[in-house]
Amino acid sequence: MAIRDDVLVVGGGLAGVAAALAASEHADVRLISHKQSTLRHASGLVDVLGYPPEGGEDADPIAEPFDALADLPEGHPYERVGADAVREGLALFDDAVGDTYVGSHTDRNALVPTHGGTVKPTARYPKSAAAGLASDGRDALLVGFAALTDFDAPLAADHLAAAGVPFEARGATVRFPGEFRDDAKVTRYAHALDRNEDLNGVPARTALAEAVKPHLDGEERVGFPAVLGDDDPCGVRASLAEKLDADVFEVPMGPPSLPGLRLEDRLYAALAEAGVHAETGNPAVEVEAEDGRIRAVVVDRTGRPVPYHADQFVLATGGLVGKGIDSDREAVREPIFDCHVPHPSDRYDWFDADAFGDHPFARFGVDVDSDLRPRAADGTAEYGNLRAAGGVLGGYDFAAEKSGGGVSLATGYAAGTAAGRAAGGETSDAAIPGDTT
Amino acid sequence: MSDAESPDDDFEPVQVFGDETEMDLRPGSDDCYKCSTCDTNCPVAEVEDEFPGPKFQGPEQWRLKRKGDHDIDDSVMKCSNCMRCDGACPSNVPLSQMHNTARGEYVDEQMDKLSVEYLRNRMLSNYRLLASLGSKVPRLANFVMGLGVTSWLGEKVMGIPSEREMPEFATQTFREWWSERGGNATSKERAREARAERGGSQVSNPDKRVAYFHGCYANYNTPEVGKAMVRVFESFGYEVMVPPQRCSGTPMFANGMLDDARRAAETNVEEFVAAIGDGADVVASCTSCSMSLRQEYPELFDLHGIEDLSNNTYEALEYLRIHEDLEGELADTEVDFPDVAYHAPCHARNQGLEGQAVEVTESIDGVEAHDVGDSCSGISGTYGWKEEHYDTSMKIGEEMFEHMEAADADTGMTECPTCAMQMEHGTGYEIKHPLELLETALVEE
Ligand SMILES: Cc1cc2nc3c(=O)[nH]c(=O)nc-3n(C[C@H](O)[C@H](O)[C@H](O)COP(=O)(O)OP(=O)(O)OC[C@H]3O[C@@H](n4cnc5c(N)ncnc54)[C@H](O)[C@@H]3O)c2cc1C
Ligand code: SF4
Ligand code: SF4
Repeated sequence: MAIRDDVLVVGGGLAGVAAALAASEHADVRLISHKQSTLRHASGLVDVLGYPPEGGEDADPIAEPFDALADLPEGHPYERVGADAVREGLALFDDAVGDTYVGSHTDRNALVPTHGGTVKPTARYPKSAAAGLASDGRDALLVGFAALTDFDAPLAADHLAAAGVPFEARGATVRFPGEFRDDAKVTRYAHALDRNEDLNGVPARTALAEAVKPHLDGEERVGFPAVLGDDDPCGVRASLAEKLDADVFEVPMGPPSLPGLRLEDRLYAALAEAGVHAETGNPAVEVEAEDGRIRAVVVDRTGRPVPYHADQFVLATGGLVGKGIDSDREAVREPIFDCHVPHPSDRYDWFDADAFGDHPFARFGVDVDSDLRPRAADGTAEYGNLRAAGGVLGGYDFAAEKSGGGVSLATGYAAGTAAGRAAGGETSDAAIPGDTT
Repeated sequence: MSDAESPDDDFEPVQVFGDETEMDLRPGSDDCYKCSTCDTNCPVAEVEDEFPGPKFQGPEQWRLKRKGDHDIDDSVMKCSNCMRCDGACPSNVPLSQMHNTARGEYVDEQMDKLSVEYLRNRMLSNYRLLASLGSKVPRLANFVMGLGVTSWLGEKVMGIPSEREMPEFATQTFREWWSERGGNATSKERAREARAERGGSQVSNPDKRVAYFHGCYANYNTPEVGKAMVRVFESFGYEVMVPPQRCSGTPMFANGMLDDARRAAETNVEEFVAAIGDGADVVASCTSCSMSLRQEYPELFDLHGIEDLSNNTYEALEYLRIHEDLEGELADTEVDFPDVAYHAPCHARNQGLEGQAVEVTESIDGVEAHDVGDSCSGISGTYGWKEEHYDTSMKIGEEMFEHMEAADADTGMTECPTCAMQMEHGTGYEIKHPLELLETALVEE
């Protein structure tokens, strides 16, 4: 009865945050999210388009993603919202993250080395990765920690060399100083460096630099796994750089990812600054609808249904990983609004025969019109006041084409702006006569 | 039984546990896909090198157990039961349920029942017993607890850190105040008056009824919170009932004392299910109590009516926001109240309630609430009361202390009584409960 806002965004990942920030320019916004977002698993890089969608295994990376947008097939989220929304979505991101991210100076993809030693084409990357770009000609020493087996520095250096980078890369493995357990969490290392903790009588940053020095052979830059601080990454890198007399960068790691965690913190701070009310912990489970409009989304608070009323709604619950799309043996569904998710009825058609092939299921998701309204099987909008954004959308395979972050920002921006305008009375959809609740 | 009393605690310091609730949590461990998100959320793993983290405590330990007769790793006692890992897991693995069950099994089967550690944990988790003794002679108890020697003895003999000040006992408990005020009959009358003032149609509304779960702390230590709850709800026209009750079990879960917790739960379920039968919803002022009744009860015990209780329990502010136009009501109020540095307890976070106190405060003129961020206060109930965890607890709390001091306020605010102790301990601030702010804004005395 009493929880009521202009716009309600369901889902707290990149898409939900972008939608909430965009909508908050025009209206009062609340964001609800069941769990933490997949940002924590993601590398912290924001890709716009790294590979052509139908390019297959051996396609070349895309250098100019904006030039490639025009060639995308009908139904691709970028085709739905258009190139301007992609730019606006990135601008909104740049604004929210301030100087903690780099990449806005160019339309070209940057090439960032990852922990496996591959080079990833991406549009925005954390400042901490900036000194590591593969297009940079300076020689690099990669340092791995014995206990962090996800990053095998010598192997990654070999892979980089094989990928033909324009510099010499060497790898060395050191023991992280101090008495950490073998399976210490990445947050434990980060925290020790943040606080410059005393490790057997030596401050952590100094001790780490001392452990690396013997391996340094004139390289001008040194890459570490991305554990260099959580609250004060700049300070940690600066201290190490000074002691090593070399530039210091982080190599993005797999989950759980500190750059992803820092990005999440930054984005939630931006939400708070924008006056968005954000809450996590309980799932949205169903809706109350009337005359083709959603009246409320019902949240399950440990068994109790609690309605959240709003004028406009944005669905941003992610894809198969974020739990926005659910599948069982029979069907694929969108569980909250029960939006139509096109998919072949025969389960064998969901997958490609080749394990690494082009699986249709990776593109399963909600089908939307150009205003991002989910469409029913007959092509009409499911609800007048519902829009969808991010991983929940169909028509693209973010992992294959490397477009996850960009699609979330572009569609989040577009859906949030449209919802905010409608709720704020700027567009005609604001209220259907008679609906005064 | 008079209103001022509560059921006895059948506390036996040494007792060999009987048959424990058998739980099969293996399916949960199969849902884990090892993403480690839970580990990056654990405040203990972030500062404590001896702690392997929730992924190990939960799914990995249960997987090991399936393979054979594996002992529970003693590190489970280092988990503070903050339940942050629950909210983190994208795959809905019931982590805290796994920890609670493992801890129960560990205490039951592997812990020496004559050890000081066991006795100390038993005593801390049965805080109500201690408090009910102390509150019989509050002045004396406060005096004795404050003596340096007692603290020092506490550390040497019981393993309670001498840095901690024992919470002060109120000279009159909440229940004593409640019965002196005339109990339920008075509340019925006040609610009726409030309804009459608010407009005729609701005057005889039998459904505006709540049963208050005050918990131990609001009863023995901060009755002003309980009084505020009663007055605020009455001002909205609710008749308040205060059924007999025992500890919510939170400190017992954290110490693996599942039998103690079960006994307390039996009383609570019986009393509150009866109140629900009388048309009441259950409301708690402590977020750990509401968490326990809602989530841990049905996860750990199989008692008749326990689901009913779980489904009808709310935190106080949450209840008003759902059932009343709280923000509208506050819209033209102005208060004389200090600005506050607000800390959201982990258990509030878990129920999705971390933003509500600040949001509600925004509607009131004359007071500002500054959120001090999402770090854990570090005390986690009885956790920070143990000598061996004191340093960890203060290390975890450091971030919160810093943010409190940086915030533009010299008073703290939170829903959780033990977080309040930690906030006070780390900063010296006086700590308020959001209900006290609501009382100031809404109730004219
Ligand atoms: C392992 C991994 C690596 C990645 N790496 C990259 C990368 O390098 N670069 C890049 O650009 N992108 C990457 N991505 C993609 C990117 O992180 C996001 O997944 C993508 O942008 C989709 O974001 P989203 O906001 O739509 O969904 P998500 O991030 O999945 O968020 C969905 C949110 O909705 C919530 N939710 C779900 N159901 C409910 C419900 N019923 N009620 C309430 N809330 C609900 C979830 O709890 C979650 O918070 C990666 C993703 C993964 C999984
Ligand atoms: S309950 Fe808290 S302390 Fe225990 S494992 Fe989970 S996050 Fe860590
Ligand atoms: S967050 Fe859940 S799925 Fe991930 S490691 Fe922890 S228990 Fe497993």
